[in-house]
Amino acid sequence: MKQAAHFNRHSVLAIYWFEMSRFRRTLWQSLVTPVITTVLYFVVFGAAIGPRMGDIDGVSYGAFIVPGLIMLTVFTESLNNASFGIHMPKFTGTIYELLSAPVSAFEVVFAYVGAAATKSVLIGLIILATASLFTPIDIQYPMSMAIYLVLVAIAFSLAGFIIGIWARGFEELQFIPMLIVTPLTFLGGVFYSIDILPGLWRTLSLFNPIVYLVSGFRWSFHGSGDVSIGVSLAVLTGFLTACLAIVWWIFRTGYRLKS
Amino acid sequence: MPPILSIERLNKTYASGLAALKNIDLEIRRGEIFALLGPNGAGKTTLISIVCGIVTPGTGRVRIDGHDIIEDYRAARAMVGLVPQELHTDMFETVWETVSFSRGLFGLAANPAHIEQVLRDLSLWDKRKAEVMTLSGGMKRRVLIAKALAHEPKVLFLDEPTAGVDVELRRDMWALVRKLRDTGVTIILTTHYIEEAEEMADRIGVIRRGELILVETKTELMKRLGKRQLALQLQEPLERIPEELAAWDLSLTDGGNILEYCFEAGQEHTEIPTLLRRLQDLGIEFKDLSTRQSSLEEIFVGLVSEREAAT
Repeated sequence: MKQAAHFNRHSVLAIYWFEMSRFRRTLWQSLVTPVITTVLYFVVFGAAIGPRMGDIDGVSYGAFIVPGLIMLTVFTESLNNASFGIHMPKFTGTIYELLSAPVSAFEVVFAYVGAAATKSVLIGLIILATASLFTPIDIQYPMSMAIYLVLVAIAFSLAGFIIGIWARGFEELQFIPMLIVTPLTFLGGVFYSIDILPGLWRTLSLFNPIVYLVSGFRWSFHGSGDVSIGVSLAVLTGFLTACLAIVWWIFRTGYRLKS
Repeated sequence: MPPILSIERLNKTYASGLAALKNIDLEIRRGEIFALLGPNGAGKTTLISIVCGIVTPGTGRVRIDGHDIIEDYRAARAMVGLVPQELHTDMFETVWETVSFSRGLFGLAANPAHIEQVLRDLSLWDKRKAEVMTLSGGMKRRVLIAKALAHEPKVLFLDEPTAGVDVELRRDMWALVRKLRDTGVTIILTTHYIEEAEEMADRIGVIRRGELILVETKTELMKRLGKRQLALQLQEPLERIPEELAAWDLSLTDGGNILEYCFEAGQEHTEIPTLLRRLQDLGIEFKDLSTRQSSLEEIFVGLVSEREAAT
């Protein structure tokens, strides 16, 4: 394609700000809901159950669950925002405008995923701020934490984008986030270290990719995790690459976008 | 001058096996209004959708102002505006936001003055702060046109632009289309309102079952395929047409009070004088006469049904 090298910044910004304006319109729902949810988690797990749990790896239970809670929300928000963002134009029919615009597949993905990831990162940081009201939080590697947060948000936003294109209706849109990602997240060491599980369950947990993602993020907070940071980064990179490959294939074939 | 849109041997077969377009060859001239007519499912929307990048082409080549829609899609698409058949609009944005978004999406920097002009031209200025979902169907149709014009396209596709709109709005849209044409925009419209094509089009293409069966200037088409009719209101009703008049294509209507003679519009010698003399010879007198030409609709129906009969 003659002009593939050209970057259409006006198109990208138009899509990005269009998506961000949806976030702004639903600001109350977008920001207050995760804050309330986090407060509830802290009331139940931090205040009610936490004192009976004792420290984990030298970290109070309240502080221990913070990275996992942030990841839980970032996974969910990234998937929901990105999938909804691209599914709505398909549902309402306005996708015609996107398909007929002089914009490349890369630019479309960049804009949608960028907007979804931005929202997730913002919400993640708000949860971090909310959590700090309940428990002292010491972040050992703040730069790593920030980079990791952004990468996870991008990876799950890409996955959400794929789900949004794949889904033929709102039921399918919720299928993977609700029935696969949420259970895997709860079993992925958000509220516990997999080291406390019996042998078989610990081994089974190692097949859950979420374990690696939560562990890597926790490492940036506490300097330790269920698995080594190298392995976590490898899983994250692999997940990102797989999502990128699927998105590339979707645009190359027009899968569920063009007839 | 090279055509603004050039379609060469374009084919499209959907995964279902439906051959939507068969070997379409078409050139659209700069600055013309071209009407694409055809019954439902003929392939009109598929053709437009391929040109605009919404449907993947099969074989063949499409170029917009020399830019291939695949190889040079950015330049090609930047020149095109599309008003779709269905009212596909964002619901929660304001009119101003959604029209401005379209301009940005097509790669242009913000230009509030242009957006204002477009909204004023379409009588949408007062509604600029209204959410799209609060607008009537006719207003939503205007919003779609505004979105298509936001990036100042050189070619505008109107897919059934006045479907479901009232007469006043339809007249407004026709006026707008003419105004756009006057500024150099090429208009390609599909419609099933033959009146619309008759009113506006410079050239007409007829598509049926994926085949472009005819492309002609409107005036030439009406001249070549149009029928004319001479109606004579008789002094005394006739029970039947006399055998002496068998050489003419005559019929009786209104209980034998009107004698109709049908002839080709482009026919040089209509034989009307001879017919009138012959009537006089036979003592058949008439008190009034009128002529009329068949409408584009009658031509279209005739064309499509002729093809139906031939297949």
